[in-house]
Amino acid sequence: MSSERLKILTANADIPGIETFEVYRKHGGYTAVEKAVKTMTPDAVVEEVKKSGVRGRGGAGFPMGMKWSFLAKPEGVPRYLVCNGDESEPGTFKDHWLMKTIPHLLIEGMIVSSFALGANTSYIYVRGELMYVVKILEKAIAEAKAAGFLGKNILGSGYDLELYVQPGGGAYICGEETALLESLEGKRGNPRNKPPFPAVKGLYQCPTVVNNVESISTTPWIVNNGGEAYAAVGIGRSTGTKLISASGHLKKPGVYEIPLGITVNEFIYSDEWCGGIRDGHHLKAVVAGGSSVPILPAALLLKTANGEDRLMTYESLADGGFATGTMLGSGGFIAMDETSCIVRNTWNFSRFYHHESCGQCSPCREGTGWMEKVLHRIEHGHGSMHDIDLLVDVSKKIEGNTICPLGDAAAWPVASAIRHFRDEFEWHIKFPQEATRPGAVYRGHMELA
Amino acid sequence: MITEKPRIQFTPERLERAREILTHYPEGKQKSALLPLLHLIQEQEGWTSPEAMDYIADFLGIKPIEVYEVATFYTMYHLEPVGKHVIEYCRTGPCMIMGGEEVYAHLKKKIGADDGETSPDNLFTIKPVECLAACGWGPCFQIREKYYTHLTIEKVDEIIDELKK
Repeated sequence: MSSERLKILTANADIPGIETFEVYRKHGGYTAVEKAVKTMTPDAVVEEVKKSGVRGRGGAGFPMGMKWSFLAKPEGVPRYLVCNGDESEPGTFKDHWLMKTIPHLLIEGMIVSSFALGANTSYIYVRGELMYVVKILEKAIAEAKAAGFLGKNILGSGYDLELYVQPGGGAYICGEETALLESLEGKRGNPRNKPPFPAVKGLYQCPTVVNNVESISTTPWIVNNGGEAYAAVGIGRSTGTKLISASGHLKKPGVYEIPLGITVNEFIYSDEWCGGIRDGHHLKAVVAGGSSVPILPAALLLKTANGEDRLMTYESLADGGFATGTMLGSGGFIAMDETSCIVRNTWNFSRFYHHESCGQCSPCREGTGWMEKVLHRIEHGHGSMHDIDLLVDVSKKIEGNTICPLGDAAAWPVASAIRHFRDEFEWHIKFPQEATRPGAVYRGHMELA
Repeated sequence: MITEKPRIQFTPERLERAREILTHYPEGKQKSALLPLLHLIQEQEGWTSPEAMDYIADFLGIKPIEVYEVATFYTMYHLEPVGKHVIEYCRTGPCMIMGGEEVYAHLKKKIGADDGETSPDNLFTIKPVECLAACGWGPCFQIREKYYTHLTIEKVDEIIDELKK
């Protein structure tokens, strides 16, 4: 089965030595740079990316070609491309894997994308914890430069590009694009007010595009094969393939490149992908797109409220809105079996958001702390029934009231956990002695899969 | 004339690296080097002391407060002295549901230090951190640049015993 699947990003991932320029080049690497700078105009590259329909793979899912088309091009002002490799969304580790495994794919993507946008200096911002990946990328850049694919007058085309890797300092918020730009300017990662958007005033107040690692890594294939070929994969507005970071109680956790449009059921249970839930256990719930997206119970994850098979697409996962659906997000797919405590996990996530709030907007700064406190007391047997409604109330007051989406990201996991697992919260409150026993897990009327 | 020699400065190799980093940014935007330079001085000194921050401020020609506010915002800069090995373990959801709680409890017991503490022999400091982007390979921790994944109690014993040698 797997041999028939089109792999756009990972086809060569298993080749020994693929992290070196020599091997990467031998397997067709950097042909997209040759094609772009020698035979295409920058606008023609933008056009192919638009046709591909590829959407931002960092989580927002905004069409990349459209984002590129917003870039302001005032005369005499430098433009920048900044790659977002800050990957910090709990459940997501695909960019980490991609950068360490096939570093040249990202470098090649940065070159063709920078060419398309008219950027002569570009940055790859990588979360500081991945310093070993920073070094892998720097080595790859040096190799590409030595071979004439970076630097002055690339392949005699007259196009110049310098590419640098910038480490972060440990802050989830820097995955938000304007916080990332602040950080790249040597400041605290406080998100900026928008507008102006980075496309008009970004890095150093110059027009800037910020794209995710996986998004940029699709561009060599799109240049080589055309946007239409990319758009032929997938369903509807979910075109192409997507890297899914699979974690939790699966037989085979890991990073998988799936064609968008396979069923969620197939992704979880097929041997081609995750191979099912670990032996002797059953699926209870899934966070399908990184910790920020609404958690769904197994039944609603596998089938929509209308009883249709749920697909791995932006649209199908969102079917039913937040009442019964979720989001594809970053593709951080966290599977939880019946041994998982939803209250404990929700408390864990709320602690994460409290820790990572930059503190700029009071609804987020204060609200995330309150949610963590209330969830802590419910999980530890000191909650009251009123606390459940209090959590919903606080989450509603954060949502939509902050400069950046971290507030929403903190509110959704709490609101959705209560929406779908309210009885489990009530059990913690009604039977605190039972619920706080080590290893105790709610065994109520839960529909497992 | 009295000139005060700074108590902290880059070693010659790191000075060269620092100067190379400054070339990454356009003229006048050298403050962009702040995070990389803080990593560099911490790698050298073991932690990010006030003196180290002042040195970086001086190096970049910016005010010390511009360094302090950044060093305190990000989690990777150790603002207090640490042990020889800093173990930063991931405490976020995916690692915790994969047995992180038991593994990390064992780790702390074995080392004899709790969250944020340094072991009596000054060999290890333990810091809980948020998601390390290794969720499918958890539980995990990192020591400096190295990731240790798929941790079990037995594996923790092996790693710590090896580092104690």
